[in-house]
Amino acid sequence: MIRLRCPHCGLRDHSEFTFLGDATVSRPGTEAAGDLARGGAWSDYLYLRRNPRGVQEEFWHHGRGCRAWLVVTRNTETHEVLDTRLARDRGDRA
Amino acid sequence: MSAQPCRLAHGGRIDRAQALRFSFDGRAYTGYAGDTLASALLANGVSLLARSFKYHRPRGIHSAGAEEPNALVTIGRGARREPNTRATAVELVEGLEAYSQNAWPSLGFDLGAVNNLVSPFFSAGFYYKTFMWPGARGWRFYERFIRRAAGMGAVADGADPDRYERIEEFCDLLVVGSGPAGTAAALTAARSGARVLLVDENAVHGGAIARGTAGADDALAAWHAAALGELRETPEVTVLERCSAFGYYDGNVVGLVEHCAGHRPDRPEGIARQRHWIVRAQQVVLATGAIERPLLFGNNDLPGIMLANAGVCYLREYAVCAGRELLVYTNNDSAYAAALAHAAFARVAVVDTRQEIAPELVRACAQANVSLHTGSAVATAVGSRRLKAVRLVGGEALPCDLLLTSAGWNPTIALHSQAGGRPVYDGERQCFLPGSAREAWIAAGACSGAFDTGSCLAEGRDAAQKALARLGVTPADIELPDCAPAFALRPGPQPAPQGKCFVDLQTDATTDDIELAVREGYASAELLKRYTALGMGTEQGKTSNVNALALLAARRKEPVPAVGVTSFRPPYTPVTMAAIAGRKQGARILPTRQTPLLGWHEEQGALLGDAGLWKRALAYPERGETRQQAAIREARHVRSAVGVCDVSTLGKLDIQGPDACALLERACVNRWSSLALGKARYGVMLQDDGFVFDDGTTSRIGAAHYFMTTTTDRAEQVLRHLEFLLQVLWPALRVHVCDATEQWAGIAVAGPRSRELLLRLFPDTVPGLPFMGVADAEHAGLPVRILRVSFSGELGYELYVPSSGGEALLRALCSAGDEFDVRPYGLDAMDILRIEKGHLTGSELDGNRTLADAGLARLAREDEGFIGAALSRRPGLLDPGRPRFVGLEPLDPAQSIRAGAHLVAAASPREPDESLGHVSSACFSPALGRHIGLGFLAGGDERQGSVVHVADPLAGTHVAARVVSPCFVDPAGERLRA
Ligand SMILES: [Zn+2]
Repeated sequence: MIRLRCPHCGLRDHSEFTFLGDATVSRPGTEAAGDLARGGAWSDYLYLRRNPRGVQEEFWHHGRGCRAWLVVTRNTETHEVLDTRLARDRGDRA
Repeated sequence: MSAQPCRLAHGGRIDRAQALRFSFDGRAYTGYAGDTLASALLANGVSLLARSFKYHRPRGIHSAGAEEPNALVTIGRGARREPNTRATAVELVEGLEAYSQNAWPSLGFDLGAVNNLVSPFFSAGFYYKTFMWPGARGWRFYERFIRRAAGMGAVADGADPDRYERIEEFCDLLVVGSGPAGTAAALTAARSGARVLLVDENAVHGGAIARGTAGADDALAAWHAAALGELRETPEVTVLERCSAFGYYDGNVVGLVEHCAGHRPDRPEGIARQRHWIVRAQQVVLATGAIERPLLFGNNDLPGIMLANAGVCYLREYAVCAGRELLVYTNNDSAYAAALAHAAFARVAVVDTRQEIAPELVRACAQANVSLHTGSAVATAVGSRRLKAVRLVGGEALPCDLLLTSAGWNPTIALHSQAGGRPVYDGERQCFLPGSAREAWIAAGACSGAFDTGSCLAEGRDAAQKALARLGVTPADIELPDCAPAFALRPGPQPAPQGKCFVDLQTDATTDDIELAVREGYASAELLKRYTALGMGTEQGKTSNVNALALLAARRKEPVPAVGVTSFRPPYTPVTMAAIAGRKQGARILPTRQTPLLGWHEEQGALLGDAGLWKRALAYPERGETRQQAAIREARHVRSAVGVCDVSTLGKLDIQGPDACALLERACVNRWSSLALGKARYGVMLQDDGFVFDDGTTSRIGAAHYFMTTTTDRAEQVLRHLEFLLQVLWPALRVHVCDATEQWAGIAVAGPRSRELLLRLFPDTVPGLPFMGVADAEHAGLPVRILRVSFSGELGYELYVPSSGGEALLRALCSAGDEFDVRPYGLDAMDILRIEKGHLTGSELDGNRTLADAGLARLAREDEGFIGAALSRRPGLLDPGRPRFVGLEPLDPAQSIRAGAHLVAAASPREPDESLGHVSSACFSPALGRHIGLGFLAGGDERQGSVVHVADPLAGTHVAARVVSPCFVDPAGERLRA
């Protein structure tokens, strides 16, 4: 039963959050459209995930709190949460 | 007072002054306050309690605790009937009704016992091998017979009348188990000023002290009573009995179930039957004790065969001596306590597999007149429905009516294992010990391998001190009583069993099953479990697991650790679904959302229904009308006059900022830079994968201010999506998106007379408002946003007003003039109107539709700058053969079709045919006077005018329908532009 320390709201139960997935995926630019037929960068971005056993950066949304998107560093094996920060602070990603 | 033939005249913890009447299978018995159902039945000489799971063999009581594999009974009747309850865990109350299960027609004469005669056919993997034939249908054919024959009790009839609660608790130290170790730990922590929660699954605290298995030690009992009294008096300490810790979860969360009312015959009002505790503990001391395991021999499941400590417990705690001729069969010293304790009440013999016995035990046996057979073993038990004798390996027969057995002790490490500690095998003690802790717990007492009371007490104190030090609390010291040194626990040999020998009494897994599983290649611990069902019942391997692994290891000629250990998962003891649900039952399962107009709908006699979390008005039936008749009348009224409808559930987003237009252009397929102030536009969003995500109307309210409506279903998802775009993808965009769904009430006004009606209220705003125009007005001192948009296809408006003013505005509209005959219309009528017009809802935009599929391709910009643009152009989505949006008209106008039906070319339902698409929405159209539908059809554009067949095998219909345009009413759009 994970608890996350939201930078805005403090330590909160996981039931307030929605999980999205890997936060390290890189979103292709529009120029990547050309390799669609070969299942290129877009396919990787949408459908390929590493699913590591261990530390992963992932998106969580504080939907029943401040509605911030967070980047949470979590160990998928032990569920230990190592870091929580605002996704906004990373700058533009696309 | 009826006789209790096996009850002793004195002793025990029962209250002989309080006799309690109860029944088992309809027969009346008497027990005493303080009894369990098991002890009361034993006192009454009842030895046959159940029939076994697979072979329907007679079974009796095997244990005195949570580990009971045999004595599963059904308690109570009707809605309060609780099946599969362990008789050893049921406290006796006045009037208790218990029933045996898994026996037909009766427990004594069970037809299912024929399974026992044909048992070779019921061996391991039997279901897999036998019932798959012939072909895939095999299992379905056999299943209903098997489910009745093999199995458990029947569930309750009707809704559960009891109340259940859930509570969240926080503490410094949670102590699980109130035996010597747990009590010492809790007392140490309490004296240190910590916030402590001490829980025990039994009704009486004390563990081995209360069960009498810690020896007859008055000083110890006095110390425990004083400690428990002090703990109950300490304000920061909570002591809970009848409270089982069933699950250990991440973040040091432990789930408990407290039984609050089941043991109270008065069933007081307002007290929950069970309470589900979710405890976040900083530190946990696991003092869960140990469970004895039996030696194995032939017919080891006969009633009258029990674990040695159970015999001691029934004798000391309940004053029940369950036999006159006792045989103790052991390979270790701990069972001698059972032999010596019974010596005053029965003839006692001991069979010990070891050659050498400690001299003091030999002396004690001689003094107590207990005969001793060393270096010997039981080959098989003899008896039909009850133990009569045993035959030793050498052939000698010993008569006995009670056999108490011990092969050593298994530390109870289920919670430790759930909390990430992989069990470690200890060869000397022949058991698994808790592995290293991942969560913040410390094991103390018998569960960590300490089998004498003195060590348990010291370990409990030390564990608490260590846990407190981790929290930065200075730990207190406590005085512990002196205990006589106990027998050392070094189990001797376990002779290989002979004959039909049950390793898991509950699932009827035998030594032969293990042999067969190994022979067929299922030779690892996890595979063995699945192949034989060993350890998969409510007993969860508590008594059987180690014996099974030892047999598996012996068969593979490997040490026990090499064959592995099965991991433990919650729950440790059975937990009712109701306890997990707590008060989240019925209407409380989910929150209910109410629009500001709900009170008005109820006043109008609306039929309400659920739409997501919302309560919505479906229709407003008048006298004698069905729901469908009302919807058709309402829809017809909108097309001929004017109707009002609550659209407050639409998602409403307020979007502001210098980059608001840029955000919309990136989020939607449409062009927004060309949208003039005071105008609205129908917009569509795609997902990244190129499929349609949601649609809605967005209005330009100011130079950098937009007002977006989304569908009711997707409101939350659209908001989260836009927040993702703004916070994750493009935080540099200067835009704020604010959810205003609940701040605005929404009212649709539709019909040819809607403009005349609105003129009465908004004479300055309405005349100049063009189709797709937006204007702000005022009513009763509140702002009103008026959009001229139409979902029905008629001249129409949507009015948005702050929620507090919604009902007043609606009343004002309804009383604006009798000549308009304003009538409300509900969700059903709205659906009819939009199907007639071919407008899309979530039924069409189901996440698998492209813009072209939905007939929206003309909306999309040419550029690549919007979400989903790239993948919407992948070859698969451009395939012209994809199902396209079409209208459907049954050739017979009276024939109805249903959403979900498939479209096929074949005219007969008997011809197997591939699906060409499906019906997404359908209704009876009052405007056309016939049934119509919308759907998606492969090559839909080319098939216009042709006939397809609507196949609905669930309804048993196969209807020919013409493919037509999805816009059935006013295709030129003259009405809405009027
Ligand atoms: Zn927050």
